Amino acid sequence: MENDTVYSAISKYNQDKTRLMDILIEIQDNENYISDDAVRIISEKLELSIVDVEQTISFYHFLSKKSLGKYTIYLNNSVISNMNGRQIVAETFENEVGCKFGKVTEDGTIGLFDTACIGMSDQEPAALINGNVFIHLTPFRVKEIVRDIRAGKDVKNMHTSYLGGGQNKSEYLKSVVRNNIMRMGPVLSDDYNPGTIIKKKLVQLAPEQVIEEIKTSNIRGRGGAGFPTGFKWEFCRKAKGDKKYILCNADEGEPGTFKDRVILTERPKLLFEGMVIAGYSIGATEGILYLRYEYKYLKNYLENILEETRGKNLLGKDIGGIKGFNFDIRIQLGAGAYVCGEESALIESVEGKRGEPRDRPPFPVEKGYNDCPTVVNNVETLCSVVKIMLNGGEWYSSLGTHESTGTKVLSISGDCRYPGIYEVEWGLTISDILDMVGATGVQAIQVGGPSGSLIGPEEFERKLCYSDLVTGGSFIIFNYNRDLLKNVVLNFTDFFIEESCGSCVPCRAMTPLLKQKLEKILSGNGVANDLEDILKWGKLMKTNRCGLGHTAANPILTSLKNFRYLYEEKLERGKEYETGFNLEQAVSESCEATTRVPNF
Amino acid sequence: MADIINFTIDGKECMAEKGIFILQAAKENDIYIPSLCNYEGVKPQGSCRICSIKTNGQFVTACTTPVADGMEIENNTDEINDMRKSIIELLFVEGNHFCPACEMSGDCELQALAYRFQMMVPRFIYQFPLREIDARHPKILKDQNRCIRCKRCIRTIKDEKGRSVFAFYGRGKNIEVNVDPVLGSKLTDKLAAKAIEVCPVGSILPREKGFRTPIGQRKFDHEPIGSEYKH
Repeated sequence: MENDTVYSAISKYNQDKTRLMDILIEIQDNENYISDDAVRIISEKLELSIVDVEQTISFYHFLSKKSLGKYTIYLNNSVISNMNGRQIVAETFENEVGCKFGKVTEDGTIGLFDTACIGMSDQEPAALINGNVFIHLTPFRVKEIVRDIRAGKDVKNMHTSYLGGGQNKSEYLKSVVRNNIMRMGPVLSDDYNPGTIIKKKLVQLAPEQVIEEIKTSNIRGRGGAGFPTGFKWEFCRKAKGDKKYILCNADEGEPGTFKDRVILTERPKLLFEGMVIAGYSIGATEGILYLRYEYKYLKNYLENILEETRGKNLLGKDIGGIKGFNFDIRIQLGAGAYVCGEESALIESVEGKRGEPRDRPPFPVEKGYNDCPTVVNNVETLCSVVKIMLNGGEWYSSLGTHESTGTKVLSISGDCRYPGIYEVEWGLTISDILDMVGATGVQAIQVGGPSGSLIGPEEFERKLCYSDLVTGGSFIIFNYNRDLLKNVVLNFTDFFIEESCGSCVPCRAMTPLLKQKLEKILSGNGVANDLEDILKWGKLMKTNRCGLGHTAANPILTSLKNFRYLYEEKLERGKEYETGFNLEQAVSESCEATTRVPNF
Repeated sequence: MADIINFTIDGKECMAEKGIFILQAAKENDIYIPSLCNYEGVKPQGSCRICSIKTNGQFVTACTTPVADGMEIENNTDEINDMRKSIIELLFVEGNHFCPACEMSGDCELQALAYRFQMMVPRFIYQFPLREIDARHPKILKDQNRCIRCKRCIRTIKDEKGRSVFAFYGRGKNIEVNVDPVLGSKLTDKLAAKAIEVCPVGSILPREKGFRTPIGQRKFDHEPIGSEYKH
């Protein structure tokens, strides 16, 4: 490894400990691993211990101390990817490349790795190769890609022949990603002239008046938790602190969600204006967009737009002519950790640390980034804010239902005719949505992603709203050909086991035990008591600290609640107790080592 | 004078200074809330979850939640005690804790809690993970088999520049507590002793000194953990 890369990354970020993530990502991207030497140099320059540096590296999926290959291929292994033919794509990769997943070729050229949902559920199977997105993969396409790699082509030039729609075509993006916007509402609509609110409205309003308008709209956080945005801003405005921050959560890691990707591609100016409005309201001078590593391909494009926005005086000093209102935005990349979508974990990550959720209180509005009052808002929330300021809080609250006002952007994927992005008013029933997207013969829907619930046809008249079925936007449809327990629930459970930060005992230790129960049932060795155990043990998850911990058993618990017959079908009847222990299997490893054959 | 507030634990009227953590407030009212990852004098972290209590129908950790006026706390109930017992059992099955062969037997807080909650055999399947013993450091041994990842050592043991001697490595079920190769080799006697002292189990041990306290004189040999509390 070139130590020059290490030194230049460190000096680029001014030897600042809180920029450790950026330093590590820079080295990883340039050298495809972070060597012992690099760790030692960083620890010396940043005055950290070696284990301090390594605890951050080892936390994030995309950072590695081992070489991941000159071309690092991350193939998505989400449920949707599997449903769309991932297996044959993966096999073709292994055959063409000549190594298994999880390994790097002997010459160090190509590494094959699995990765969780990369936000492309409407165009799976998809992969990231050195940060570039490849969609709609087929064996044919895989062979082509591997051939290009062997020929030493630059990844950026491997797909110029068929660029995606909208801004994906633009000079700074040049990506093949499709937008698939199927339905626009007031948030996604393209009739807004960016900067209008800053220049025409913000000038005339006091921060408190803006907050009042947001409160009138009754908008709640669109990330899933649903905290009223106006109150969050008000708490932060009133909190004591010399410096305040707006953090935008663009870490949409919930499998099946991809709406923020489309918003970031098509409406980035709307988002940045929303951040400016939020900054003005709470009295912040700095905003940070926390962009998930999977969306790194958007970074240059977004930075270019930030530059353009500064040029129009919509960012920077005396914004929009408002004397003394200074505010700017920087982009912080994540490095692959679902839990960083939790706001306090996100803050830890922005500070360059492991993304472990914090204990609350104190809440981020009092003590957040760098211990300063901080608002963390979802991408969609901040975009909605601009439209609320444009048309008024009253107007916004007239949309949707009485307690769930406004619209919601849904990411719909799975077994339906038209997967993509739909902006709808709150209050639609599940049946309405299925009709809208052309889905028939539906066995089940995962509402709100793996952390939400798996529901069946008897619940399709339920409504999408905060008092009934709440969602951060992920909506995955399964028809009757899908094996829900084996192919859906097990995959989601593996996802949570992989993504647990490991801090709370029940999250770290119970989820794998529940998975073992599920596997026992799937193998035909389950008995009725196993179902009772799952229900009893699952209650322990409520003692975990964060949302991930609270919901990590949801795939198993909600499927057991709503699809109990699928479990019961697989149970051994009339048996009180069954260990599921298989002696032959248990001794197979030692038999192999001693070249003996099991003989019972 | 500080604000004094009123609250209840399992219906018992209590008083405490406003803003202190529930665990401390309970202690001042002579009520035992079991804890494990918490260590007096060190910023609480709420990672073992054993001190979870219920208020307003929600579980929160007593070590990190400030007590509030009028708070009604559930602590010593069947539901909560079984939850605590489950967590202790989880810790036993996720690691490799063989008490008879461990020199901290009798001084171990995990073992003591298991006795207090009358764990006979865990309800969960033993995972028997493959873990290692890190013997690279001159003053201490780090036995990963017995580590319960409570972060006490991580939070307590820092060098003069505030750098961590212990830190997490990895995440999820494979998370481990690693010792810094450089700082670990330069550990002072005082810090090494402190690291051994803060470890609630037998995961951090002194080198070249075994079985320091004879059986019969160990912390929990005569009375269960928490016996100093009236309630």
